Amino acid sequence: MPEITYREALKRALREEMQRDPTVVIWGEDVVAYAGGGAYGVTAGLAKEFPGRVRDTPIAEEAIVGVGLGAAMGGLRPVCEIMTVNFTLVAWDQIVNHVAKQSHMFNGQIKVPMVIRTPNGHGRTAATHSQNFDAWFASIPSLKVVAPATPYDAKGLLKTAIRDDDPVIFLEHLQLYSTRGEVPDEEYLIPIGEADYKRRGKDITIVTWGRMTIESLKAAKILAEEGIDVEIVDLRTLRPMDVPTILESVRKTNRAIVVEEGWRTCGLGAEIAATIQEQAFNYLDAPVARVAGLEVPMPYARNLERATIPFAEDVVEAVRAMMRNEY
Amino acid sequence: MPTNITMPQMGFDMTEGTIAAWLKKEGDMVTRGEPIAEIETDKTTIQIEAFASGVLRKIIAQPGQRVPVGEVIAIIADPSEAIDEPIARAATPQPESSVLPQPAESVATSVVVSGVVPEGSERIVATPVAKRIAQEHGIDLRLVKGSGPEGRITKADVEAFLASMPKAAPAPPAPAVAPVAAPAPAALPPQPQPEPVPVVGIKQPLSRMRQTIAARMAASKQQVPHFYITVSVEMDAALALREQINAALKSEGVKVSINDMVIRAAALALRRFPNLNASFMNDGIQMHDHINIGVAVSVPDGLVTVTVRDADTKSLKQISQEMTALAARAREGKMLPSDYGGQTFTISNLGMYGVDNFIAIVNQPDAAILAVATAQPMPVVREGQIVIRTMMNLTLSGDHRVTDGAEAAQFLNEIKRLLENPWGLVL
Repeated sequence: MPEITYREALKRALREEMQRDPTVVIWGEDVVAYAGGGAYGVTAGLAKEFPGRVRDTPIAEEAIVGVGLGAAMGGLRPVCEIMTVNFTLVAWDQIVNHVAKQSHMFNGQIKVPMVIRTPNGHGRTAATHSQNFDAWFASIPSLKVVAPATPYDAKGLLKTAIRDDDPVIFLEHLQLYSTRGEVPDEEYLIPIGEADYKRRGKDITIVTWGRMTIESLKAAKILAEEGIDVEIVDLRTLRPMDVPTILESVRKTNRAIVVEEGWRTCGLGAEIAATIQEQAFNYLDAPVARVAGLEVPMPYARNLERATIPFAEDVVEAVRAMMRNEY
Repeated sequence: MPTNITMPQMGFDMTEGTIAAWLKKEGDMVTRGEPIAEIETDKTTIQIEAFASGVLRKIIAQPGQRVPVGEVIAIIADPSEAIDEPIARAATPQPESSVLPQPAESVATSVVVSGVVPEGSERIVATPVAKRIAQEHGIDLRLVKGSGPEGRITKADVEAFLASMPKAAPAPPAPAVAPVAAPAPAALPPQPQPEPVPVVGIKQPLSRMRQTIAARMAASKQQVPHFYITVSVEMDAALALREQINAALKSEGVKVSINDMVIRAAALALRRFPNLNASFMNDGIQMHDHINIGVAVSVPDGLVTVTVRDADTKSLKQISQEMTALAARAREGKMLPSDYGGQTFTISNLGMYGVDNFIAIVNQPDAAILAVATAQPMPVVREGQIVIRTMMNLTLSGDHRVTDGAEAAQFLNEIKRLLENPWGLVL
């Protein structure tokens, strides 16, 4: 199977869906002009392939989302790109109060088939540009929130998200755009709401998503050499969350660690840990542990940034500690 | 005045019980006599009743917890009354109606025989999965050493404890782990690898009843020197009498069985042979004042022994009615505490299964057990002629520490005499 980048996988998903459905449009800052297409090059070349359907917008995120919402209500399937997740803050009223609620407030008579694509996470971009808002989005009823870890999942999930009649927040990760992975040439879709076992193991369950899936896989490799058999549940979708798969794994291994890049307090790890103890209490052999980012505004200095975010070695340490019964 | 609710003793061989469920929660009003909890013993699940009226102020023993007889499991008091907690352990267990003494070598009702349960009832710190596994296997977690933080008991600790427990059955073959073919040192000839034994089939977990049967039967065979005597009983007269009795009692719905007649015959014979109505103790032979006949009843997942108390004082009709009720409750798992235990002699009857003969394992602390086979037509010699009679074999298994062959043979012949001259059972 050919290996392509996460970036290329996303572009292929967009291209295929635009070919398939003429109502799919792409709006965002610099999606046409900058670096050949988008701050991270995901839409490069698409404006030429699909004249008039890929448009640059003013630097006005609230307007991007608001216009996308109106277009979705009117029959288009807009894919709005917000340059980084940090800029969605300006558009939160639109996202939370309008995008998420229209269908419910009009008794399902209105559908909002829009996708908001945005890179989440850190990337040498300092405090105001290095944040994870996955838990915030995932707490909003009637939003769907997707956070793929691999090129394969990114392509399959973006295609499904575009076809979905509900609004989908599509969280990419700055550090994943250039990662490579196998993606078949043939068309495929990945359902929203299904987690994926990225590794099968018997000793301990890691529940994670996005970039931390990749770090957890590295950790599992190191731990395997020590005889610790890690199972990795990659959520892929954060809302609706695939709780049955989490529970299935925990019931087998009796131990769970949630690994997330964002802040620990009120992070998704807290939600997942609570769910596990509610629904699989009798299967636990240790408290559910969390590996998460340090609770500070992100420093700019490279070494300090690295110290703030979890990496494979932090996952390795947490797993070892749990296997030593230190939790 | 706060009232301590203690783990009751139901049956003289009960040493502990498990809280199956609380029917009331802390803060609930309870009235004296109202069921407040379900207790699971090795034999059955029964409800216990409030000893006093008031508020269920404190639940001390949680569901799944095994509690020694006499230990406080809950406190009932007035709503505003101060209660001490933890309340000291009750000094003596609630006496049971049976006057039977505790056998010196108590047949452990628990499969956990190694180790001493520490005093006190401080909270056991164990992980949820460890608690669940312990409960499934009937393990007292107080006996398990915890390796986790602050001594928390983990799944691995329970599994290690399970592995260290004496096995009731032959150990299963080694796990099907393919032996790693380690390169043999060059100087030595290669060692032949043992053929791995594949594990096939499902391993059924042991139910509480299975564990109890396993422990009791193994203990009896290990501790009791058994000897066996068989007699063949001509049952034609007994069967004819039974037919007449049942015809007479038809309107009352009573149907006397062969087994009822054997119970009655054994009870009467025990009167004449009190040494068989006894229990071996390390410091003497305990003669029992009452003749309580235990009868093994097959139930869906094993067997239990129900007890016909003072069987020698009861008529065939009474015995029949009692046995019908006892067996029904046993099969439905609804035995009352008075339905079992306290037997001084046991009968096991496989007559309904068409068996020629069988030998039973002594049901400790009894001195003997009687195995009843099928009554069936057989050629026998009477006055030099071969004739057909309905014959039934009885095999007595005796505890040689208590009785000897000659005495047991006479006892068995007394049962035979009573069955062959059955009017003695009625008059």
